[in-house]
Parts: sequence; C-alpha cells; structure tokens
Amino acid sequence: MRDYITSYLKSSGTPGEAGNIFWITVYILLIFAGVALGVICMNWLERKIMAHMQVRLGPMRVGPHGLLQPIADALKLLLKEDLMPEQADSVVYHLAPLLVVVVAFTVFIVVPFGPTHAVTDMNIGLLFMLGVSSMAVLGIVMAGWASNSHYPLLGALRSSAQMVSYEVAMGMAVLTAVLMTSLHGGGIYGVGGVQESGTGTLSMIGIVQAQAGQHVWFVFKFFPLGLVSFVIFAIAMVAETNRAPFDLPEAESELTAGFHTEYSGFRWSLFFLAEYAAMIAVSSIAVTLWLGGWLRPFPNWHGPQVAIPGFWQAGPANGVVDLIFALAPAVAFIGLGGLCFLGAWRMAKNPLFRIQMLGLAAFGALLALAALICVVPAVRDRVQDVFWFVAKVAVSMYLYIWYRSTFPRYRFDQLMKVGWKVLLPIAIGVLLATATLGVVIQAVMGA
Amino acid sequence: MSPTNPIPAFDLKEKTYLDSNELIINMGPQHPATHGVLRVILKLDGEKVLGLECVIGYLHRGVEKIAENRTYAMFNPYVDRMDYVAAVSNGLGYCEAVEKLLHTEAPLRAKYIRVILTELNRIASHQLWLGTHALDIGALTPLFYTFRDREEILKIYEKYCGARLTTHAFRIGGLQYEAYDGFAKEVKTFCDFFEPKIDEYEELLTTNRIWIDRTRGVGTISAKDCIALGVTGPVLRASGVKWDLRKAQPYCGYQEFDFEIPTGKNGDTYDRYLVRMAEMRQSARILRQAVDRIPDGPIMAKIPKVLKPPAGEVYHSIEAPKGELGYYIVSDGSTQPYRIRVRPPSFVNLQALELMVRGQLVADVIAVIGTLDIVLGEIDR
Repeated sequence: MRDYITSYLKSSGTPGEAGNIFWITVYILLIFAGVALGVICMNWLERKIMAHMQVRLGPMRVGPHGLLQPIADALKLLLKEDLMPEQADSVVYHLAPLLVVVVAFTVFIVVPFGPTHAVTDMNIGLLFMLGVSSMAVLGIVMAGWASNSHYPLLGALRSSAQMVSYEVAMGMAVLTAVLMTSLHGGGIYGVGGVQESGTGTLSMIGIVQAQAGQHVWFVFKFFPLGLVSFVIFAIAMVAETNRAPFDLPEAESELTAGFHTEYSGFRWSLFFLAEYAAMIAVSSIAVTLWLGGWLRPFPNWHGPQVAIPGFWQAGPANGVVDLIFALAPAVAFIGLGGLCFLGAWRMAKNPLFRIQMLGLAAFGALLALAALICVVPAVRDRVQDVFWFVAKVAVSMYLYIWYRSTFPRYRFDQLMKVGWKVLLPIAIGVLLATATLGVVIQAVMGA
Repeated sequence: MSPTNPIPAFDLKEKTYLDSNELIINMGPQHPATHGVLRVILKLDGEKVLGLECVIGYLHRGVEKIAENRTYAMFNPYVDRMDYVAAVSNGLGYCEAVEKLLHTEAPLRAKYIRVILTELNRIASHQLWLGTHALDIGALTPLFYTFRDREEILKIYEKYCGARLTTHAFRIGGLQYEAYDGFAKEVKTFCDFFEPKIDEYEELLTTNRIWIDRTRGVGTISAKDCIALGVTGPVLRASGVKWDLRKAQPYCGYQEFDFEIPTGKNGDTYDRYLVRMAEMRQSARILRQAVDRIPDGPIMAKIPKVLKPPAGEVYHSIEAPKGELGYYIVSDGSTQPYRIRVRPPSFVNLQALELMVRGQLVADVIAVIGTLDIVLGEIDR
C-alpha cells in the first residue's frame, strides 16, 4: 500500500499515466477544490477590482475588506427557494445547470499544472479540452429552451450562435500554436543550449515541453505570428465564455439576465460557477499554448553553478537563477501576507473593528505560514510549477475583469462580423504564414 | 407617422400565433434599461424589431389635475417631481410662466442665480444621462464617474436650499434664499474641477471602437422627421437643426451670455452623444460668465402675498436639458390656476422611438431609449 502511494511521487509522469487510482482521486479532489476556491476568489476579486476601477470600495462589510462576502453569498443562494416556471420542461430544466457544471469541471482533467501535475496526459489533450468545453453550449441552449420564456430563449440563441462562431477562429489560432510545436525556431530563441526541432503534439504537457525544448514561449515565436494568434485566441476566449464586451447572452440591459433569467438559488449559482470555471479553463489553454504553461520565465537560464548547501538545492538543475525563481512562490505569499498585515495595521482603531482586524491579521499569518511551507525544498520544487501556472492564469483573469469595466458591449451582428470577417481571416492568414515560415526554416536548416 | 422609414409600421394587435418567425416581447415596465417604468411591446423577427408600442402611465400622479386644487405658490414644488433629475429647470419654467401671467419679472440678481443653478442642473442631468446611457450599452464604469462628479453639483444645491434632488429652488417672482457665502467661488471651483472630467468621460467613450460601432448610424432621425414629430432638445440639434430656446427666444437673461449651440450632422446616437458632451462644456462656459458678473440687488420682485393673476392664459417654454419644456397656464383670476398643461420634452421625444428603431435590432432599442434621455416622471406626470 505504501509503495503504491509513494510510487507516483518518484515517477516522472502524471498519475493517469502511472495508472495510480489513489493519486488520480487525490488530484481530482484537489483540482475540484482548487477550481471552486478559484471561483470564489474570482468573485471577490472581480467585485473589488471593478469597484476600485470605478471609484468605489466594493464589499467591505462581511469580514475584513469583504473577504467573507463570497461565502455569505453562496450561503444565501443555497438557502433560496428553488423556483421553476410552471410551463418549463422540468427534466431539461433541471439537467441544464448540471451539464454546464460537469462540462466546466471535466476539462480540468488534462490541464497541466506541472510536468507531473495533471490528472492525466492524453495524447489528444487539447482536442479533448476544446471538445468538452464546447459542450457547454448545449447546456445553455437547454436552459434557455426549457425555461419556456422569451428572454432566456433569446439569450440562449445568442449564446449558441456566438460560441459556435468564435470556436472557428479559436480553433485556427490553436492550430497555429499546435503547428509551432513541430517547427524549428531557427536557433534564434532562448538563452543558450540546443533547440529541439520538436515533434507535433496535441498533448497539453507535450505542448509545454515543446516550448521548453525550443526555448521560447509560443507567444514570442515567429514574431509577430505567435503574438497575433495569441491575441486572436485571447479575444475569442472572451467571446467563448460570454464575458464583456461579448456578454450578449446575459446582456443585463437588454435581456435582463439572458439564458439563466428563470433560474434561482442553487441552480443559478451552478451557472455562475460554470461560467467562472470555464473562464479559468480557457485561460489555462491560453497559458499552456502560448505562455509556456508551468514554465518560469527563462526556463533554460540556470545561471552560474554554485555550491548551495544540499537543503537549499533547487530542483534538478542547480544554478543561482533556478534558486531565485524557486523562491518566487514564497515571496508571493509573503507579499500577500504583508498586504494583509498592512491592512490590519491601517484599519480604524476602534473596538468595532477589532474582530475584523484580528481576522485580517490571522489571514495574513496564514499566508505567511504558506510562504514558510513553500520554502521547504521538497514542497518548493513541487509547488513552483503550479505557482507559475496559476500566476499566469491569474493575469489572464485580471484582464477579464479589466475588459469588463472598460468596454461597452458589442451588438449581436457586430459580434458576428468581428468573429467571421476579422478574426477568422487573420487567424487563417497567420496559420498559413506560420506553416510557410516553418517549412522555409526547415529547408534552410536542412532538418 | 412620417414615411421616411422604409420598414412599414406594424399593427401589434394583429394575431401572430401562427407565424413562428415573429415574437412579441414585453420590455418593462420592470426592466433595467427602460429608465423607470416604461413598457415597450416589441414585435421581433429574430433580433430585428418589426414594430413597437410604448405603454406609459405607470407613474401617473395627475400632476396637472393637482394644480387645479392648489394655489400658484403651492403647486411650485410639484413641478420638481416631474423631471426629477432636472428639477431646477422645471421650477424655472413654472416660475417664469407664472411671472409672465402676473406681468412681472424677477430682478437681475435672481435671474443670474437662476441661470447658474439651471445650468448646473443641465450638467447634472446630462451626467445622469451619460452614465445610464453608457450602462445600457454595456460600459459600466462611466456611470460611477458621472455620479461622483454629479455629487459636487448636488452639494452646491444642498448648500443653497437644503435639498439635493427636488430642490424647489425658485419662487414665483425671484428667489427665496440669497446665495450663500462663497457661492460664486464654489461654482467656479466646480467649473475648474468639472471641465477636465468631461475629457475623462470622453476618453472612455468618444474614440472607443465598440462605442462608435454601437452608436454610429443607430436610431437615425432626420431633421424633417424631428420637426414633424415635435422633437426638441439635443435630439433635434443632433439632426442638424440649430434650435435652442435659450438663443431662439431668450428668457431669464440668457441673451447676456456668450455661448454656442452645438449641433450634429447625422442625427444618430453618436451625434446626440457628442452634442450633449459639447452642451456640458457650453454650460460650464455660461457658468463662468454668470459667476463673474452676478450683480447686486434684490432677489425678489415686488409681488403680492396672495397671488391672483389676472384672468387669461399664457404659454411659456424654456430649454430644459431634455428639450422644450412648456407650461400653458389658464387663469380665471382666482388664487388657483384654472388649468395647467405641461409640455414635457421626454413625452414628445418618446414619440420618435418607434420611427427610430423600426428595422433595427433589439440592442438598438436600448441604445435609443437611452439616447432619447427620457424621464418617466415627466412623461406620465
């Protein structure tokens, strides 16, 4: 039994590859909890960040700086009455939110949080992810149809049309990145070492490894082709997840709440959960394909070899740069904890705020503890991949919030025009250019 | 209805149960984008609007009837409740109408303070329009910026008369309150503070690609149609008609101020946006001139304690932020008006909605309702 459990830790594959059911279960639970926690954090962050962009404070009452607000909201939703319109199709109506949530969480099976940190590594990982995530359309159409009401129906129709048309441009952009895994960079990238010519792969882990081998994140490869395809994907993913400025299906000012108008309480919160989980999922695709997945900045730059005491040794390679980057998670946690302490210190010195102040300080202490744990080499090496991945996803999530508070909303026909007449031709052009350039370089290199 | 819209008008009462392409939806009276309790019955072909009918009256309080049972002075606060975001303009129109009936005029100092408060009110009204209009089109942030800056105006009102929204700032014959100490300075400070803020709003929207896409060519209305429907205010001016009652029939001493009437060319939502933004700048310009030149003197004309206007009738209209606001008052010589009829700009402008959106998309209905800048309190009265 013990060997069964520890065998995975010593292996260099994913639990799925090792066929280790115990670790698969652990990973699934961890990812489920992590994504749910991420959604909760997103909820709070979105409200706070948007509030600060809009010269207001956002939630401040429940917990220090409103930290407990998402939990209070979730509780409220759980306790709410579960309403269903009388004329609704009850089976489909109840099935729709479940389907959307299941789909949103299933895609995380192949998301590579690190070279070994994924539930499994499919050789068609990317295809699986795109395929499964596009199933969400079905849930939305079901919800809109089953509600038997005009506004949800319009919302669902808008949503399905939008998701389907943006998937085309998205697919072309994704193809560009996949193509790049098999194309030699021409030896101009990276900080040294030999560049692998790479073999084409659809495996999520394989794609990141290709970026490591070629010494370049695909967003920088064949400049500006990689960048353009990334931008196309970044736009399409906002549309795909129905977020501002492409949030037509839930355009509040037009369709009240779009396809989930008739849902309330827990079922509504499932849609909410699924929307944010889908945002995280597409962001992880973008990070994996273009931003080097779990790779830290300059992954092949190890710096001078130095004699570091065994305990502090960093990962497989042992350079100064490796060590500095390995400490990034701890530094980040310390920074966040410091912010909490600063907030607690600046809080009004009033008995009324005592509990809030202590709570914030305790949260800061928790983060500081996490930082300490992240310094331990065994943890550090396993956590830093996840850290870089999550950090990159977080940047993408921040952009989502930023868009939302900046842009007006597109009209339906304009949205279609952008998708079909602007993004798709550019995406095809970039794909062809990438292929041509790749062939030319290969011919020149004689590879 | 004017024939310039190529899409034929639609009879909503026609049965449509058998036609699966058409959908009738009810927008409002409880809908986030109908600015109150407007109910719009939309007939849609997919997303395309085939026709619509506005149902109003959900906020009807019988203001005109109430007037018949109140004395002239007692009715004054009621007009604030019509266009509640431009209460001062409503008060100005009413007071001036009654003054006209009494053959009297407010003293010059009162007129200047009236102009200052009214122009502040125009800015506040346009700010509220901008915030909600942008919110309807999906830009969330301008709303908070405009409300933040509108607060400064409301603070000036509060200091002047104690109320922020329904101010009841003017009295028939002049003003009740003298301007507080530092009034002129504060208004001037506001102008200095506010003018850069307009640039801030414009930065978010004017050159924003999505904003331009959503507003240019949307809800176009020609000058001819505007005149035929009696549409006034920024909507009329955006169609290229240089008609502003402050210049056309100067009242309250507006002839003494130097300002321009911004006009548009295309009569679309984008032009109306630009016209209103320019109007805010012009209002600030008027404010600067007015605070520099406030004369000394009395603030109340010599009028009797009990108002008994001579029998007769009067129509007086002013340029409210939303268009021509007219009061038609019939007096039978008693202390109470025999009849008051209000010509609210929103009510008349709302007529144009059907013409402007027929053949466009659902999203445009929202944009056009926003750009018409209606207030239901004024429409239903």
